[in-house]
Amino acid sequence: MKRILTVSLAASLPFVLAACELAPKESYQNGYRGTGMNTVMIKASAAAEDVPAPPYDPPGTDGRRAGEVYENLQVLGDVSEEQFNYTMAAITAWVAPAEGCNYCHNPANMASDEIYTKVVARRMIAMNRNLNQSWTDHVGQTGVTCWTCHRGEAVPSENWALPETGAKKTIVGNTHGQNDPVSNSAYSSLPNAAVARYLLGGMDAEAARVVSKGRFPSPENTTSTMEAEETYAMMMHISQALGVNCTYCHNANSFQSWSSSNPPRRTAWYGLDMVRSINFEYITPLAPVFPEHRKGPLGDPLKVNCTTCHRGQNKPLGGYPMAKDYPALWGMVAAPAVAEEPAEGEETTTTVAP
Amino acid sequence: MARYQNIFTQVQLKAAPELGIPLPESDERRIHETGWNYWAGKIGQAQLGPIYLGWTGVIALIFGFFAIEIIGLNMLASVNWDPIQFVRQLPWLALEPPGPEYGFTPFVPLAEGGWWIMAGFFLTTSILLWWVRTYRRARALGMGTHVAWAFLAAIWLYLVLGFIRPFFMGSWAEAVPFGIFPHLDWTAAFSIRYGNLFYNPFHALSIAFLYGSTLLFAMHGATILAVGRYGGEREIEQITDRGTASERAALFWRWTMGFNATMESIHRWAWWFAVLTTLTGGIGILLTGTVVDNWYLWAQQHYYAPAYPDTGIVDPAGLGSVGE
Repeated sequence: MKRILTVSLAASLPFVLAACELAPKESYQNGYRGTGMNTVMIKASAAAEDVPAPPYDPPGTDGRRAGEVYENLQVLGDVSEEQFNYTMAAITAWVAPAEGCNYCHNPANMASDEIYTKVVARRMIAMNRNLNQSWTDHVGQTGVTCWTCHRGEAVPSENWALPETGAKKTIVGNTHGQNDPVSNSAYSSLPNAAVARYLLGGMDAEAARVVSKGRFPSPENTTSTMEAEETYAMMMHISQALGVNCTYCHNANSFQSWSSSNPPRRTAWYGLDMVRSINFEYITPLAPVFPEHRKGPLGDPLKVNCTTCHRGQNKPLGGYPMAKDYPALWGMVAAPAVAEEPAEGEETTTTVAP
Repeated sequence: MARYQNIFTQVQLKAAPELGIPLPESDERRIHETGWNYWAGKIGQAQLGPIYLGWTGVIALIFGFFAIEIIGLNMLASVNWDPIQFVRQLPWLALEPPGPEYGFTPFVPLAEGGWWIMAGFFLTTSILLWWVRTYRRARALGMGTHVAWAFLAAIWLYLVLGFIRPFFMGSWAEAVPFGIFPHLDWTAAFSIRYGNLFYNPFHALSIAFLYGSTLLFAMHGATILAVGRYGGEREIEQITDRGTASERAALFWRWTMGFNATMESIHRWAWWFAVLTTLTGGIGILLTGTVVDNWYLWAQQHYYAPAYPDTGIVDPAGLGSVGE
């Protein structure tokens, strides 16, 4: 009897620990001592993921421009013909590995824009170049490629659209845009629409700042506790997307104070601005181009959030600088040979002594 | 009479139920049904009842049932009346107070917070009537009313959170939702909005009294159990007719830390610590947003927020943020 009990208790142990993360962790101090500023990470998560190799040895950037060879090149006309073909091959492997070229192109007339995916792809390539050129405050010298989001799928698996709830007049099926465990609010009961509110673009940066700048109540800040939950939801989204704790960026004694925050907070601030730009300037204008089955319940195109690139890592793809092999995705400027010293604003890990 | 037992020597006598003293004329009748439960006897008195409900108890139970029903049915409706999803998502589900657009008006559409106000009204009425009951039953037994006042200290915190502070802030949106995770999220959001509640001195006092309560409870419970073999659980008699249990317990603490509370004063210690937990907590909540809007900055002004070395990070938005 006792033996059966012991065996069954031992056998049930894994179930007790099912919600625990048993993988080996590593922890380092990332802020002043005594402030609880420690980053605990799963060892494996820091490693670069399997990043696809270039389709073939990267060709030179000299020679005839692609725009002189091919018709209807609106974005990539400035790269060399060889680079252009190389980049097309890479994009096919990243975005439509099963469907191939014909996912976007009409094989009879490669220049034709008749398939909507080609129009979308063109806009996305322009976006990719813009990110690598203009958003170094967030992407540093590492840059991004189509793969950073797409990971071999035509539609990046981590996406979001406007939630259906909102204007309901009854309590039936009405969770008031919250209390619904979904990934956008990090599976919490916090407001789901917060990600939409912050990441849709066209809003001022002040809106997320709920804490008063003065000690005492004033008409300058009338944010309610209920509204503060939206910022909290957004922060939880970032935390989950990056696989980090609050103290990765903030000193918890004042979430508000910049001078006690860590450098990644600045990077994240530009990241939010960047995502707003992606959604507002690149994805939302494509709404007329997308067919119905590529849209959310309210008819808006599927958009990006922090998870779309980060997927649980504080640096997407473990920080592997895959974009260095694709000068065409850097626009007019040549790609750096390797990821060099982190630029100002690039995520750096500071161990503060003592 | 098998009355003075402790957990080690428990003897359960099954006899005619003890009905207690007769009640004054003005009181209502007790429900005379009594029961007897062996397992109840393991953790307390084996005899169940007689219970005195009175009109306060009856109405409190009915109103409490209404409140739970409103909260539960709202949660069930939010998952389209699906009982499986209700169970699955229960920790996430909530009955939310009205949004900031409604201010503090009692007239809010039911689906947009009106149900919350109604549930709050029923729950508050129920709790207050139950309070009246604890007061009147204590009086009927010729007891002091310590239980009622301790209960009122808890009601104070409850009312500050759900009614008094929202009243002063002029908005129901400041109140706490009904729900398991949602009320926890509210707690965190409240601290975030008001610049870190840990710098609120009344919050600090409340925590000190809360932790103090658990410490006192552990010390007292352990002491009494430890002298149970000498009749230590007869605490009240030991106050006036000090026996060896009391002497040993007192000597233990004087040996251990040089001072001992008495059989009587330890209960005052515990009562005050418990009562002050919610009393100071309620004051801390009430001051937040009404008198102080950013506790971190307030604590800096009063020199008790520690200063850490500047990390050199500046606000990229340049909006004149704190610590820029």
